[in-house]
Amino acid sequence: MSHTGLTNLELDVLKEVGNIGAGNAATSMSQLINKKVDMQVPSVKVVAFDEVMNIIGGPEELIVAIMFHIEGDTPGTVYFILSKEEAEQLVSKMMPEQAVTNFKGTEVNPLAISILQEAGNILTGSYLTALSDFLNLDMQPSIPYFGCDMAGAILSVGLVEISEVTDYAIIIDTKINDHDMVSGINGQFFFMLEPESLSKIFNSLGINNYD
Amino acid sequence: MIETRDVIKVGIADLNIVKAPNMIRTSGLGSCVGVVIYDLPNKIAGLAHVMLPDSALAKEPKKNIYKYADTAVVYLIELLLNNGASKYSLKAKLAGGAQMFQFTANSSTMRIGPRNIEAVEKALNTYKIPVVGSDLGGNSGRTIEFNPATGYLNIRTINKGEKDI
Repeated sequence: MSHTGLTNLELDVLKEVGNIGAGNAATSMSQLINKKVDMQVPSVKVVAFDEVMNIIGGPEELIVAIMFHIEGDTPGTVYFILSKEEAEQLVSKMMPEQAVTNFKGTEVNPLAISILQEAGNILTGSYLTALSDFLNLDMQPSIPYFGCDMAGAILSVGLVEISEVTDYAIIIDTKINDHDMVSGINGQFFFMLEPESLSKIFNSLGINNYD
Repeated sequence: MIETRDVIKVGIADLNIVKAPNMIRTSGLGSCVGVVIYDLPNKIAGLAHVMLPDSALAKEPKKNIYKYADTAVVYLIELLLNNGASKYSLKAKLAGGAQMFQFTANSSTMRIGPRNIEAVEKALNTYKIPVVGSDLGGNSGRTIEFNPATGYLNIRTINKGEKDI
């Protein structure tokens, strides 16, 4: 990872940033589905674009994603990613009466889309609020955009935003999950940061050796 | 007799060439455009997975020429000619350039698919390479695989099945 110029201290800081956001999001998720929700220790990866898709199972993997553009002090893109089965679970937990098949290929019941957009809004909102308070930086999410298709096609939307500047993406990858072994929900937050956002985060925390 | 066939994989913002009986593929095209340039008589083909329309947009110090439509097409043609393709039998097939999200806000990524398509077509036109088949636009992700022996481009989507052009 030497090409990134990130020190261990800086990587730790980004992990902590992911931790704080996901902790808050896990609490929201827990309220949403009325179950205990845990989070995993986040990983911070600086990877080539191809590697981004491989983190979630390759470019052809079918995923359900709620995407937000972040504006303000730290421009970037946040994805809340679920598998099709997990998205189905989440819809049925939030709206038990909506117990029909909501997903057929990439075609999704419009009500299920609204439910997932709203869930994404709540979870990503609490993720970003925690970060924004901790870092004392302004982070404004866009409205939620819903996508259900191949991972490569969906994630490249966020990569296009940074690709004019770099060939590497900085990804803070955080998982939250409930403890249901049979029909668990593992949600994954992908925070793709634009390079200029990094120095703002480090500055805000008083780590100034990043340039 | 069983022939061993390899499938050469091309990543995002990447390109490569292939000779029969091997195949070449790229996965998960969204707003990116997959550009296949091939010479059927010589059974050689190249594939570029183009991400952005114009290298003049680059804000990086050392730009990746595989990433931009204008530079990737030029480099791919050069690579094919250096590996035995004939200039006058080159043809092209295109896929991708979808719009994955229905953006309402004004964003630079909003029209990236159509802009990529325009840029690729313009670059091919400069070299007088005819586009003989295409599957462009829409809002589905695509995986494409090209066979230089037959000249068929196989396009797979999750919802709309599979087809050959």
